[in-house]
Amino acid sequence: MASVNPSGSETQPLSAAGKSAGVGARRARMSRRARSARSQILAMLLIIPGAILFLAPFLWMLSTSLKDPRYIFLFPPQIIPDPIRFDSYRQVFERVPFFHYGWNTLRMTVLCILGQLITASMVAYGFARLRFPGRDVLFILLLSTIMLPTQVTLIPSFLIFRYLGWIDTFKPLIVPDWLGGSAFTVFLLRQFISTLPIEMDEAAKIEGCSYFGIYWRIILPLIKPALAAVSIFVFMWNWNDIFYSLIYLNSQKNWTLALGLNFLRRSSPMGPGFLEANLIMAGSVIVMLPCLLVFFFAQKYFIQGIVFTGIK
Amino acid sequence: MSLLKQWRPSLAVHEALWGFIFISPWIVGFLALQLGPMLASLVLSFTEYQIVAPPKFVGLANYVRMFTADVSFWAALKVTVTFAIVAVPLQLVAGLLVALLMNQKVPGQMLWRTVYYLPNVVAGVSVAMLWVWIFHSQFGLINLALRLAFGIQGPAWLGHPSWALPALIIMSLWSVGSSMIVNLAGLQGIPSELYEAAAIDGATWWHKFWKVTLPMLSPVLFFNLVMGIIGTFQYFTNAYVMTGGGPGRSTLFYNLYLYMNAFQYYKMGYASALAWVMFLIILVFTLLIFRSSPLWVYYEGTVKGR
Repeated sequence: MASVNPSGSETQPLSAAGKSAGVGARRARMSRRARSARSQILAMLLIIPGAILFLAPFLWMLSTSLKDPRYIFLFPPQIIPDPIRFDSYRQVFERVPFFHYGWNTLRMTVLCILGQLITASMVAYGFARLRFPGRDVLFILLLSTIMLPTQVTLIPSFLIFRYLGWIDTFKPLIVPDWLGGSAFTVFLLRQFISTLPIEMDEAAKIEGCSYFGIYWRIILPLIKPALAAVSIFVFMWNWNDIFYSLIYLNSQKNWTLALGLNFLRRSSPMGPGFLEANLIMAGSVIVMLPCLLVFFFAQKYFIQGIVFTGIK
Repeated sequence: MSLLKQWRPSLAVHEALWGFIFISPWIVGFLALQLGPMLASLVLSFTEYQIVAPPKFVGLANYVRMFTADVSFWAALKVTVTFAIVAVPLQLVAGLLVALLMNQKVPGQMLWRTVYYLPNVVAGVSVAMLWVWIFHSQFGLINLALRLAFGIQGPAWLGHPSWALPALIIMSLWSVGSSMIVNLAGLQGIPSELYEAAAIDGATWWHKFWKVTLPMLSPVLFFNLVMGIIGTFQYFTNAYVMTGGGPGRSTLFYNLYLYMNAFQYYKMGYASALAWVMFLIILVFTLLIFRSSPLWVYYEGTVKGR
């Protein structure tokens, strides 16, 4: 899609303008290009100050991780640390087995994402497109599962998982994701499926396509941007989860990165708290880097324009 | 065609059957893992349960005390509803504006998007620690900026009863990145023909936004609104780490108060009652929003239920 438009200055692809190539269209395209150059500059003027605002706390975090612990609470604070020391990173790696925890976290996270992508999209398709008795009541029931705070369902849930013999395994963290995922994900995907024209389903049905075929061959490809969003969210939840991991993963061999970071925060020889902020920030930077990578690559699904071919 | 007509009655059954097949993963999960704990907490809400001793049935006593004798309950409700009324609309608007900006093809687009998403990437407790610094009355980034730019001394944000909640509201705007993602995904689903048709009709930017973007994005905005309200009632980590509900009760979020009852005062029965009141409040809000949706949410392909 991008290759149609070498200037790269348009939000929307130029397919229609290309089709009706005439003098008028060319003039329209020129003025559109000029206008979009102006709106680009305007956009940059808004984006850059915002970016500084969003970046500043992260830079502070980075700079703290590179500081000598004695200089962390200097006033006025040093923005660029002097001296810059990478020692915190070395120390963090000595205290926390990041590669082992990283592998645990990655395995769990990938399995959770797969489970949610497959089962939540199925459930969402059922709720968005198929008619069955009690559908709307069931959907509210689905949403109601996230209206009750986890604190009060925690102990009964724990008892269920203990009865199943799943404590100190990854099952309590992964299996629910394969059973429809979370209400958040299902609701999100249902909304996206509802925006697709229903005529597509009907046309496919007349041509003999099964419901599963419609789900698999028509709906799923069209909600790719939403699936990318879901992948990002599920990745972040699991990568950074401390609440459930703390409850269900007891032995240290099963720990995740977030638990390792938590251990670092509490095991400081100088007592838990701010004194070792440089180490905690170094650990946090290491843990967040993969998240940034995932986000950076997943968002390529946010540039494709969807074109509904053959639906008029 | 005649064959189709002949099959019509069984077609509906066929469709319903497939409907249940598609939602079956959730039905299994709900029955096996979610329904039991939910009902258990409902039962516990009618008991006095201190976790170490078996629960004792007390009827409606928890609910009666909550509404008649618990000042903290009303304070928590007020804090949470204030946050919902101020922060949720702010987040909705900010999420939409940022997504529109980030949908512009500008140089370094992917990088900018990542920067705006950055705050959501840092783990919860680290973020909270970071913000304690940022709001610090002497060393804090915000007051430092206020001093350098305007020469004024900012308040002791988190230490002052009337500034602590605004501080948390400001902070909540910082995680606008997640609604940006949802909105960005939604913007990709708007067929470009609509914009082209509008352009041929000579529509201005404002018209396109108002007549194309907004209606086409309304299902996504609807999602963000419902989730924003649910999220406000679940708001916990930041209040727990940064303010502990104080100073006074100025940031005593509902869920934080519930947590304190459950795990600090060991009043699990009372906490469960709090949870079910909260459940009903969110449910009513959600049903109201769902009821209002035909007025403002535009679905291209809704199948009306029976």
